[in-house]
Amino acid sequence: MPQVTLTVNGKQHTVEVEGRTLLVELLREKLRLTGTHVGCDPSQCGACVVHVNGDSVKSCTTLAVMCEGAQVTTIEGLAAPDGTLHPMQEAFREYHALQCGFCTPGMVMSAVDLVRKNPQGLSEKEIREGLEGNLCRCTGYHNIVKAIAAAQEVMHGRRASLAAAAE
Amino acid sequence: MYDFAYHKPATLADAVKLLAADPDAKAISGGHTLIPALKLRLNRPSALVDLSGIAEMKGIRREGDALVIGALARHVEVAENAEVKAAIPALAYLAAHIGDVQVRNRGTIGGSLANNDPAADYPAAVLGLGATLHTSKRKIAADDFFLGMFTTALEPDEILVAVSFPIPERAGYAKMKNPASRYVMAGAFVSKGPMGVRVAINGAGPCVFRQAAMEAALAANWSPEAVAAIKQDPEGLNSDIHGSAEYRAHLVTVMAKRAVAAAG
Repeated sequence: MPQVTLTVNGKQHTVEVEGRTLLVELLREKLRLTGTHVGCDPSQCGACVVHVNGDSVKSCTTLAVMCEGAQVTTIEGLAAPDGTLHPMQEAFREYHALQCGFCTPGMVMSAVDLVRKNPQGLSEKEIREGLEGNLCRCTGYHNIVKAIAAAQEVMHGRRASLAAAAE
Repeated sequence: MYDFAYHKPATLADAVKLLAADPDAKAISGGHTLIPALKLRLNRPSALVDLSGIAEMKGIRREGDALVIGALARHVEVAENAEVKAAIPALAYLAAHIGDVQVRNRGTIGGSLANNDPAADYPAAVLGLGATLHTSKRKIAADDFFLGMFTTALEPDEILVAVSFPIPERAGYAKMKNPASRYVMAGAFVSKGPMGVRVAINGAGPCVFRQAAMEAALAANWSPEAVAAIKQDPEGLNSDIHGSAEYRAHLVTVMAKRAVAAAG
């Protein structure tokens, strides 16, 4: 049986997998990191988005064996060790950017990647385009976009806090 | 998904050997078409040969009057590459509008071309620019590469290594996306340059094709108005829940106009 060694949220794991094991299955079933969700399965909905070597990817459409040596970050790896939320998580809470919460881990991971790669700042339109790969069936997009717009100000140090970003 | 053996060769020669030795083995790069197909059990390969470690299939470089893009270049790399943006901005634009961010972070130009989905974007650029496809065995002209729906001139043990795009004087791409799936309903890639005037239509038919009447009209008068009156025959175009052949035929003219306008 193939083995794959990868680093997840800063911790190295060596896991036995099948060729067909998906990255999301490795995360949820082998490492019990169940924050990453499976929504649609054929890579439409984005509930399974994680970061692999610094890029947001759909872990339901990535084979675990192809992640040998990869650095993976899941939603569990975003907050600080003391539990302090990442600015994006804090913004989602502050702006009520979720209803049922199923899409939220993928939304947050996509949003963090989007903001990191656009230090110049994103317009509302650009945020909406950047979320094309994430579906929310509670129709919560409006507040999600607001949360991301506020979080980018904090992530890029233009505002000290979300309260300051709202002004 | 049925299980399969997994190989990750370090060289092109080893990858070819693995594919030649096992007719039921399949090559994989980004996997963003193959993995969904495997999940649906549309395909049952005995083994997957992962091409992602093969150095000679990587990189984007300018070679004289051509832009050479390695088959493993991900869509995001083509979209953001400074050489591509400078030499063929329409190609960078096309790459930046494939699927969604996560698809662009994994999907590759080689995978898209070897799969030849009727609704894929890259075949339009390759045919519309008259590119040359470099494989592990030979060089294939774009006009000889796309044979039909999901079918190319590639043999089972032949691997696409790179694509060489002649740099055009001007080029443009426009597509109508299905609002839910983001796949192309009809698209047009137009160019004028060393390969003449070319108009490639994707999404509308079972396979990307050239629109000869539009090419002739644009050769005489390069302007959106030149193609505006040319109607595409709906005969043989795709007809499905997303749109009838007549609707797609109408879109072909609209997209061609927009592509010429985008090319400037």
